[in-house]
Amino acid sequence: MAKELMTFHVNGETRIVAASPTHTLLEVLREELELTGTKHGCELGHCGACTVLVNGEPVLACLMLAVEAQDVAITTVEGLARDNTLHPLQQAFAERGAAQCGYCTPGFLMSGAALLARDTHPGLDDIKAALAGNLCRCTGYTKIIEAVELAAERMREAESHVAGA
Amino acid sequence: MRVIGRSIPKIDSYAKVTGAAKYADDMVLPRMAYGRILRSPHPHASIRRLDVSRARVYPGVLDVITGADLPHTYGIMPTTQDETPFAIDRVRYVGEPVAAVCAVDEETAEEALALIDVEYERLPSIASIEEALAHPENQLHDEVGRGNVMKEVHLEFGKVDEGFAEADLVREDTYFFEGTTHAPMEEHACVADCHADGKVTLWTSTQTPHYVHREVAKVLGIPLSRLRVITPPVGGGFGGKCEPFAHDFAASLFALRHGRPVKFTLSREEVFYCHRGRHPVKMILKTGVKRDGTITAVHLQTILDGGAYASYGLATVYYTGALLTVTYKIPRYKFDGMRLYTNKPACGPKRGHGSTQPRYAFECQLDRIAEQLDLDPAEYRHRIAIEPYSETVNGLRVTTCGLRECVDSVVEASGWKERRHRMPEGRGLGIAISSYVTGAGKAIYWNDMPHSGVIVTIDRGGGVAVLCGSSDIGQGSDTMLAAVVAEELGIEPLDIQVYTGDTALTPVDLGSYSSRVTFMAGNAAQQAARKLRALLFEAASQALDVPPESLEAADRWIVSADDPARRIGFVEAAQRAEAAHGTLSAVGSYKPPRLGGAFKGAGVGISPAYSYTAAVAEVVVDPETYDLKVERLWVAHDCGRALNPTLVEGQIEGSAYMGFGEAVLEEQVFRKGLHKIPSLLEYKLPTIYDTPEITAMPVETYDREGPYGAKEAGEGPLNPVIPAIANAVYAAIHARVDSTPITPDKIQRALRETRRATAILTQSGRERAARAGR
Repeated sequence: MAKELMTFHVNGETRIVAASPTHTLLEVLREELELTGTKHGCELGHCGACTVLVNGEPVLACLMLAVEAQDVAITTVEGLARDNTLHPLQQAFAERGAAQCGYCTPGFLMSGAALLARDTHPGLDDIKAALAGNLCRCTGYTKIIEAVELAAERMREAESHVAGA
Repeated sequence: MRVIGRSIPKIDSYAKVTGAAKYADDMVLPRMAYGRILRSPHPHASIRRLDVSRARVYPGVLDVITGADLPHTYGIMPTTQDETPFAIDRVRYVGEPVAAVCAVDEETAEEALALIDVEYERLPSIASIEEALAHPENQLHDEVGRGNVMKEVHLEFGKVDEGFAEADLVREDTYFFEGTTHAPMEEHACVADCHADGKVTLWTSTQTPHYVHREVAKVLGIPLSRLRVITPPVGGGFGGKCEPFAHDFAASLFALRHGRPVKFTLSREEVFYCHRGRHPVKMILKTGVKRDGTITAVHLQTILDGGAYASYGLATVYYTGALLTVTYKIPRYKFDGMRLYTNKPACGPKRGHGSTQPRYAFECQLDRIAEQLDLDPAEYRHRIAIEPYSETVNGLRVTTCGLRECVDSVVEASGWKERRHRMPEGRGLGIAISSYVTGAGKAIYWNDMPHSGVIVTIDRGGGVAVLCGSSDIGQGSDTMLAAVVAEELGIEPLDIQVYTGDTALTPVDLGSYSSRVTFMAGNAAQQAARKLRALLFEAASQALDVPPESLEAADRWIVSADDPARRIGFVEAAQRAEAAHGTLSAVGSYKPPRLGGAFKGAGVGISPAYSYTAAVAEVVVDPETYDLKVERLWVAHDCGRALNPTLVEGQIEGSAYMGFGEAVLEEQVFRKGLHKIPSLLEYKLPTIYDTPEITAMPVETYDREGPYGAKEAGEGPLNPVIPAIANAVYAAIHARVDSTPITPDKIQRALRETRRATAILTQSGRERAARAGR
């Protein structure tokens, strides 16, 4: 099918690319926008590896058509760090060994970042609910849960620091 | 120790948490073309006609290949090379590659697949162990001697008949372990490129670049020197990426023919067809014990459902027998193994390779024996555990063994003694133990060369490079190399660049399988780094006028242990050493010691060291729905020494999770040759909700031959989890399920049968009592 011009707002940048209207957001992110940090494990909505944020909410990029993603704010794993400073969740994943093979990691980070953006006091049940759509085959989820808890703790500390200042 | 024993973040974790890590499918090269594979829709059929002419002329198609283009057989084991990359004249499983198309984009390639005309003639197919034995006339491979028996093994160590004769109790039980698959999150992918000089580069998601290098060059008919295999970051393997696949051969051939890069990325469904996963195994296990539980003899028979090709199956069938002896004192042992061909994707190695299934059977049977003899299953295992620095009846050399410490740890942590007998009906605790190799003692192909080589270089700016042929599949082997070299040279892991898995640049390491990399590549890295450290110390010794023996390397200094004020910087020492000796570089290598008996098959099971694990599971069975919930797992693992405690815990947790999945949820099953559930939704990998709380406890024993005392942690912790869960289910409901996975329907059936048996026993007891009273 012929490509058409589409406009995306990704990681704070506006990008105009030619893409096929039959292509998913996942395909356009990876193939047209060269944002290969977003992964695919099934392209059927089963694994969560392609999770990105659309207006701050986790969305499976393999189940969303690119044409539908034009007037929204998209955040991918490449947009999580600011000026080469890691998001607390990225730092916690690195420190706690929550990324083994790393292939599911971008999806977990996006689901986890969405949780922490609305709640820096998540309980275990909240964390599990937020990450239940993401599959990991390496970690048994243990270190991932620990990393989310660690990031939440640090974000709370930062909040109280700001509040106290 | 400054770096060893510290939980440093993995050196690749920053690339992985930012999306910067480039996996095979993330690669894009100029002029890249794309490949897709046509696969067999039949479990067993002759190819009567294969016509690719319509596909060849489809606009955008560059090339089409079939079995005729790559006619050389290959196989990971040199003596069982029964595969060609694409089927020739006959297909043997649904999903077997038949042809490949190379086109300007993936969609065009996919469309062209539909234009390939194949006429099949269906042949009778073999679906199971029972069918393979019952229908030898329906042969998969004509060249095999009889029926569908791919390999038979018969070994006896001591006279088991005498052992059974002197036993007070002899049990014989039959178990079945269902096949499972690895399901790494990354689907297999590769890119091949070739310039006009005819040199091919293949980037592929593999655990074993060296073996892929050998096999692809052989099938392509080019010298090894003209093929370079590079592993990008690998998105999980677990044993499923240990050999070349059709896409590796096809991409390389297309690149060679057309002089441009070609990429293949498999779909999730295709990954299920690649498989090479856990063999379904039927096990008949006979064990004799004295009244106190002392084992007098064990006879194990295994029958493996191997799928359509050999893969690693020759090793697997031996492995189902070899490692049963490494955990308890077993004075006499007989093993009969058989691997069969069936019309399903080939089975191969999955985490715990071949040892997982018989370990499950043995640990479940020991639970029965403990009950019959009225022994505490934990104390019983503790008592009959093998001694450190001993030899097994089948000639395996055991060095360090922390089995008893592992049992103590899980007993303590789980509250085994206090809680076991105080659980309500439907809740239970179960225990099991296991052992695993720290690297196979022999390479896949017979040779006298090292199993692992490492080069370390120091540049005059103090930058250090480590080169090794190993492949980091997420377990952290690159970080291990950096940690070892940093420790020896007194620098930080971040000062080091690690280059691995590149057959043109890095010395051979056999690959990430059999839990071998920390032990073997770790030893090689230590050796290379120590050679360079000696040069640095020599230079520093002259500069400081102190004896080299008195020097230490720490915090980027070379410093006198006697007088810490006398020191020179690491960079200065490196420059002085370079001035004295020329460019600084050193190699290290590791080869396991000569081990094992003199019988055929003695090469499988030998290892420079064995890891040991104990696990306790706590389960709850719903009395109405028979739903099984595994609430907690406690896993203690003797890893020799935890070079990086966080990463060791991660390996224990990941293994426990994977064992849990196999015990309760996962099965690779077929209907009329068709995979029933080739998707991540229906093939039930545990989610974060399913997975139990896991308590990982590294136990350290300091192995003399391991680097800093380390053994393995990547596979061993999986094995005891499955029987621990099975034994916990029995404790909860007093009925045994003797096959995996333990599903609600099997629990219901087992309960019904047990209740019926109990009713009959009670009835006959009443009758006996009535007769006696008469």
